[in-house]
Amino acid sequence: MSNSLEQDACRYVLEMNHITKQFPGVKALDDVVLKVRPGTVHSLLGENGAGKSTLMKCLFGIYTPDSGEIILNGRTVRFSNPAEALANGVSMVHQELNQVLHQNVMENIWLGRFPMKNGFVDEKKMYEDTRRILEELNIDIDPRVKLGSLQVSQRQMIEIAKAVSYDAKVIAMDEPTSSLTDVEVEHLFMILERLKKRNTSIIYISHRMEEILRISDEITIMRDGRWIATKPAGEMTIDGMIRLMVGRDLTDRFPEKSNNPGDVLLKVEGLSSSVFQNVSFELRRGEILGIAGLVGSKRTELLEALFGLRPRHAGTVLLNGKAVANRSPIEAMNNGFALLTEERRKDGIFPDLSVDFNMTISNLKAYAKFGFLRDRDMKNDTGRMMQAMHVKAPSGKTRIGNLSGGNQQKVILGRWLLTQPEVLLLDEPTRGIDVGAKFEIYQLLNQLAAQGKGIIMVSSEMPELLGVCDRILVMSNGRQAGLFDAKTVTQEELMEASARFV
Amino acid sequence: MNALKSKMNGSASLKEILSNHAIHVVLIALLLVVIIIEPSFLSLTNFTNILSQSATRIIIALAAGMVLIIRGVDLSAGRMIGLAAVISASLLQAPDYAFRMYPNLPELPIIVPILLVMAICGILGAITGVAVAVFKVPSFIASLSMMLILYGMSSVYFDRPPYGAQPIGGLTGEFTRMATGSFNIFGFKLPYLIVFAAVVCVVIWVLWNKTKFGKYMYAVGGNPEAAKVSGVNVMRMEILVFAIAGLMYAFAAVLEVARIGSASNITGNGYEMDAIAACVVGGVSLYGGIGRVGGIVIGVLIFTVINYGLAFIGVNMYFQYIIKGLIILLAVIIDMRKYAKRR
Repeated sequence: MSNSLEQDACRYVLEMNHITKQFPGVKALDDVVLKVRPGTVHSLLGENGAGKSTLMKCLFGIYTPDSGEIILNGRTVRFSNPAEALANGVSMVHQELNQVLHQNVMENIWLGRFPMKNGFVDEKKMYEDTRRILEELNIDIDPRVKLGSLQVSQRQMIEIAKAVSYDAKVIAMDEPTSSLTDVEVEHLFMILERLKKRNTSIIYISHRMEEILRISDEITIMRDGRWIATKPAGEMTIDGMIRLMVGRDLTDRFPEKSNNPGDVLLKVEGLSSSVFQNVSFELRRGEILGIAGLVGSKRTELLEALFGLRPRHAGTVLLNGKAVANRSPIEAMNNGFALLTEERRKDGIFPDLSVDFNMTISNLKAYAKFGFLRDRDMKNDTGRMMQAMHVKAPSGKTRIGNLSGGNQQKVILGRWLLTQPEVLLLDEPTRGIDVGAKFEIYQLLNQLAAQGKGIIMVSSEMPELLGVCDRILVMSNGRQAGLFDAKTVTQEELMEASARFV
Repeated sequence: MNALKSKMNGSASLKEILSNHAIHVVLIALLLVVIIIEPSFLSLTNFTNILSQSATRIIIALAAGMVLIIRGVDLSAGRMIGLAAVISASLLQAPDYAFRMYPNLPELPIIVPILLVMAICGILGAITGVAVAVFKVPSFIASLSMMLILYGMSSVYFDRPPYGAQPIGGLTGEFTRMATGSFNIFGFKLPYLIVFAAVVCVVIWVLWNKTKFGKYMYAVGGNPEAAKVSGVNVMRMEILVFAIAGLMYAFAAVLEVARIGSASNITGNGYEMDAIAACVVGGVSLYGGIGRVGGIVIGVLIFTVINYGLAFIGVNMYFQYIIKGLIILLAVIIDMRKYAKRR
C-alpha cells in the first residue's frame, strides 16, 4: 500500500486536481486537472482566456483556488504568495518581463535574496553564482552588464536563469518565445533540454503549435476554463490540437487568399537610416509584403523610417510616383501611411481609456466641426468598425485594458483603418494572440489587400509570412538579404537569408 | 468616470460604490458632521460663502490638473499668481489713491490689465512647457526653476521706490466689484465669483471632453509613446498645456486681487500645493491620463469645507491641518488600491 503510494508520488512531481476558481461573474477555472512528470516538458495549450494563466497563478500563490488540491512531491501544498512557491521549488517565467532595467544582470537575478557577508552584499559570491548558472545554461551574457542594454530575447534568458537559480523543480513558462526569433527559440529549446536532464519539469505555455509539438512530452489542452484533454505529444497533430482548443474544426490556419496585386503603389529605393542600409523594394496595390528576419535585423526600424519615427539618411520613397518625405508620423499619416506598432502595451493602447477613444484618436480631425468633436459620427464609426472586426467587448465605453490581446489588436487595427490609409505597416500584428483571433486578423488583411491597400507586415513566425504574404523581404543585420515569392520560397531559404550577414 | 466604471460592471456592490465614490462620501460626511454639531450651518449664506471661497481655487486647480493629466506637475502656479497679482494691481489703482505705483497712469479699462497679465503668464507657462517638451527637463525641475524666477521677478517689480514693499492697494471700485459684487435674483445674492468659476468650469469641461485638444491631452497623459505613434504632436501639446495653465493662473490671480483688495509678492504663496492636493483628492492620477472636471471641483470643495466648516464649529486651526493631511493620504490610498486591483 505504502509502496504504491510512493510510486505514485514519483510518477508526478506536481499534481493539480479539481482546481476551481471563481471570479465575480465568471468561472475562470472549472475542475481543472494538470499532472506533470519529473524531468519533462508539459505544454499547456488553449486560446486566450482558456484559463492557462489563471491556473499558473493558482499554482504560484498569486490566486487562491476556491477548491481542489495541489500536490508537490507527494505533499499537499497551498502557497499563499509567490515567495512561498519559490522557496518550495516552483518558479515562473512571466509573459511580461518585470525587471529592473537600471540594475545589472546579477542584481536582477538575486534581487530580494542577495548573498550577504558581514552585513554587506557579497558581490563576489553573487558574480560567481550568476556566472555558474549562466554557463550551465550556455547563456553568453556578462553578469555585470546593465539589463537595460540587453535585447528583449536576452532579458528573457536572464529571466529563465533566475527561475533556475531558485533550484526549481517545476518552472512554469508563460509564452517565453513570443518575442524570440527562430534562432533564439533554438537556444531556448537547448536550455529546456538541459533543464530536463537536471530532472527539472517545465510547464510550457505557448501559442506556437510547431514549437509545442517539438518540445513537449505531454500536452494538456484547456478551453473556457475547463480541462479538455491530456495526451503524449507523440499522439497529437496541429490540426488535432486546434480542434480540441477551439472546439470546432479550423480547416486551415490561413484563409484562402483573395487579393490581386495591381500597379506599383510604393517604391522604396536605397533607403538607409543610422541602423540599416540600402533597402529597395516595390509594393503593389493589393499586395501583402512580408518582412522576415531575426530580432535585431532592423525590421521594426525599417517600418519606423517609412513612418517618420526615425530619420532617413539616404534613399527615396515614392508613393504613386510622387516622392514622400515622411519626416514625422503626422506627415506620414497625411500621406496615407499607418503603422501598427510591435509592442501593443507599450506604444499601442491607452490602457485606461475606452475602446471608442482608442479607435478614434488618430482620426479626430475627421470628426471636428468648428473645433468641437461630433460624438455621433465617432460613435457610428467605432460601432461599425467593432462590428466589422468582430471586436468582443460589452460596448465602446469598455476600458481597452480589460480586453484580450486579440481584441485590443483589432481595436488598434480599426484605429488605423478609420484613417483610410493606402499603405498599412504592421509590426508583428498577431503577437500574443490566440489562434482564432489570428485567423480573423489574417482574414482582415486579405480583405484590406483585396480592397487595393498595400500592406507591409513584419513577423517572426515564418509559417505566418508564408501563409499570408505575396512576397517576402528578408532583412539580415541591417541589410536586405533577399526578396522572395511567398508561393515558392521555403522556410529553409528564408532562414538562410536571415542569417546571411550576421 | 467613476459612475461609468460602476455602470460597466453591471451591478456594483456597496463596497465598490464606496470606493468608486469615496470623495463624494467624504464630502457628504464632512458636511454632515458639521451640520450635526452646528445645525445653524445649514444656511444659504454659508453655502454661497463656501462656493465663492472655492471659486478662484477651482480655476487654479483645473489648470494644475491639466498639467497633472499630461504626466507633469506645475510648482510655479502660486508664484505665477503672485506676479500676475502685483502687475494687475499696479495697473488698476484708483486715480485718487495717494500711493499709486504709476502716479500718472490714466484709468485703464479693466480688461486691458487682465489680458496683459494673461498674455504674460501664458508666455511664461509656454517657456516652462518648452523646457519640458523640447529640452526634456522633468516638469518638477522646470517648474521649480520657473517658480524661483517668478518670485524674483514679482519681488523686483513690487519692492521698489518710492513706496517699497507695501501691499499694492487702493484698487478701483469697479475692479474690486468683479469679485465682491453679486447678482440679485429675487433677493438671493449670487456672487460674481461663483459665476466666473462656473463659466471657467464649463469652458474647461468642453475643452477636455469635446475637442481634439482634450482627447490629445488624455492620450499624451495615458501613453505618450502611443500618442506619438498615433499622430499626436506630443511636444506641441505639452507646451500648450503649460501655456493654457499660465493663462488660467493669471485669470485666477486677477479675481484673487479683486477679492482681497490688494496684492504683494507673497500673494498666491503655496497655492500650487493646495491645487495639487485638491486634484489628487479629486481623482486626478499623478501617473497621468486620468482626471475629470467634476472630481477636481469636489476636491477643492472638500478643502474649503474643512477650512470654513471646521472653523464654523470651532475646530482649532492646527487640527484642520492634521485633518487635511489625513484626507490627502486617504484619497491617494484609495486611488492606488483601484490600480492595484486591475493588475
